Amino acid sequence: MIILLIYITIFVLAFLFVKHVIGRLMSTSADFTSLKTVTFGDESAVRPNRWASVISIVTIFLLWGAFTGSKWAPIHAPGPFVGDAVLTYTLEAADGSTDDATVTLRVHKHGEAPELPEVEAGGGFAKNDVALVSAGRSKTVIFDKNDEAKRKEGAKIVAVDGKPIAIGTAVSVDAGKVTLTDKGALSITPPGGMQMEPIWLPPPEKVVERFGEISSEGYQGFTLWEHLGYSLFRVVVGFIFGALVGIPLGYAMGLSNWFRGWFDPIVEFMRPVPPLALIPLVIIWAGIGETGKIILLFLAALWIMAIAARAGVSGVNITKVHAAYSLGASKFQLMRHVIVPNSLPEIFTGARVAMGVCWGTVVAAELVAAEKGAGMMIMVASRFQLTDIVIMGIILIGVIGYGIDIMMRIAERYLVPWKGRS
Amino acid sequence: MRFDLPNGGHVQALKDISLEIKTGELMSVLGPSGCGKTTLLNIVAGFLAPTEGSMTLNDHLITEPAAERGMVFQQGALFEWMSVRENVSFGPRMKGQREAQWRENVDHLLNIVGLSDFKEKSVFELSGGMQQRVALARCLANDPDVILMDEPLGALDALTREKMQGLVLKLWKETGKTIILITHSVEEALLLGERLLVLAPRPGRIHKEYRLPFADLGVGQDLREVKKHPEFGEKREEILSMIWDMEEEIMGSAEEASA
Repeated sequence: MIILLIYITIFVLAFLFVKHVIGRLMSTSADFTSLKTVTFGDESAVRPNRWASVISIVTIFLLWGAFTGSKWAPIHAPGPFVGDAVLTYTLEAADGSTDDATVTLRVHKHGEAPELPEVEAGGGFAKNDVALVSAGRSKTVIFDKNDEAKRKEGAKIVAVDGKPIAIGTAVSVDAGKVTLTDKGALSITPPGGMQMEPIWLPPPEKVVERFGEISSEGYQGFTLWEHLGYSLFRVVVGFIFGALVGIPLGYAMGLSNWFRGWFDPIVEFMRPVPPLALIPLVIIWAGIGETGKIILLFLAALWIMAIAARAGVSGVNITKVHAAYSLGASKFQLMRHVIVPNSLPEIFTGARVAMGVCWGTVVAAELVAAEKGAGMMIMVASRFQLTDIVIMGIILIGVIGYGIDIMMRIAERYLVPWKGRS
Repeated sequence: MRFDLPNGGHVQALKDISLEIKTGELMSVLGPSGCGKTTLLNIVAGFLAPTEGSMTLNDHLITEPAAERGMVFQQGALFEWMSVRENVSFGPRMKGQREAQWRENVDHLLNIVGLSDFKEKSVFELSGGMQQRVALARCLANDPDVILMDEPLGALDALTREKMQGLVLKLWKETGKTIILITHSVEEALLLGERLLVLAPRPGRIHKEYRLPFADLGVGQDLREVKKHPEFGEKREEILSMIWDMEEEIMGSAEEASA
């Protein structure tokens, strides 16, 4: 919640800063779009503000670093308390008399093993206690080990730092949150701060470090590039087979009554079935090896490509077909020179969608069962609670997915320059 | 020509249209909207099969589209994935001609329509008027016996349109092709119709036929001069009021039906 508020604050402040400070400093260009006065509602006049993009990315990393105690972040959210905390408890003996004693808690960083603090026992029937606890953890203190009045004998704590307490209730004191356990022992949680522990979210440098380590040493018997390469290989092979079958199928459905009638129910039925739902069946049929994965991705790409090709055929302007026929084209020539090129934009759109779906499906399939692959890597890492590998894997999966889409877009611009311009 | 409708009824789109067109004739077809102009042209082109009657060209029946009947559409019929030259050479290439065979003719046609500087450009880079000139050249490159034009200048602005009308006349005279032109502009029909057919709607039928001198007058002359011809204004008024009456009739019958 606090993080969200911080994020929104940064968003607003950055906007105001860029608008009023940088906007003044930078000379405004006078190209056509920037001269438009109506921009709200004119989608073509909306261009991404590059400052916003940069600040957005920086903000994400800054928040990530600040809340994980990263060495790279210039500012940090308050970390967990480290040092000695002292609280006073009031013990009531069976006869109703009370005595105060202290608990000195030495809170140390995780992994360190400091010495117990030395504290005098003090007077009365309650004696002072000492304990060690890792930062961010809680500690149950058996306070009556050294006391003269024991819990077994009916003694109980009635107040902590003067605040009354009973079994099952909690009070907040300077030393942190204190609760009485069912058996009457003190459970002390020193202030945890606002930073995430590495097991929830490791700092960015740990992820980078792990990336360096895994890219040189590999993980689970395969190098990082083998994991990613196998995922990519499955996607590409599955997609190619899907396109090889799907595109002709779509053309046939767009050109022949019989094919349309025969395959329409199948395609329309299979289209809304998410490929993920086929994973169990494919594993039963083909096992967890390459064949199963490729069959799954083939099925994921097939329907998308078939529908794209069918839409491409039905998108042909009828006057183009008429024109080609009255220029003397045969059916084959019409196919080759009119229908195929005219459907290319649709097919490219379909291919982009299919590649995206395939990439998502392959990761999901590897999460379920695989010997190697990007999804398998993060699945295994999560079992060992290696969150840094999980995050690294997610980032790599995102980067590759984005890269695939960019390459498809470049290919599209190169191969179908007339898209959207007829 | 009768279409069955999904609700069991039918529409008589065209009825008893009998025409004989001579080689080299330039005929324009005019009529109120919905009178079956485009249906008539589609039948002649072979895109639609008539329910009754038949058409004959070069002593054979027309049953399907063929290279002998070239067609120029209103818009959107060019192939965006081809350059201007590839578009124009489409017909010859489909016949299996080599580049050496068609190159000269295609370049010549592109020069005639004034696109010699745009041969290698993509079609989508051209303006609407240029695109229609490409469409004309493409049709001519295939050397058809009859050219069918379905409101070829309908999507152009008034100025470009006037220029293109001159170009159509010029091409007609130079090539001696038979041209059937559909239009909804009375002026265009007068200027580009050596023979002018006015169709009446419901069912589509020939209402009146004219033989006009303006097309011949217009060849090689400023079309604005032709429009000043006294007979031109007279004919225009006559045809306009004729079509106006027909539109009134349609509206009237529609109102009666709804009343």
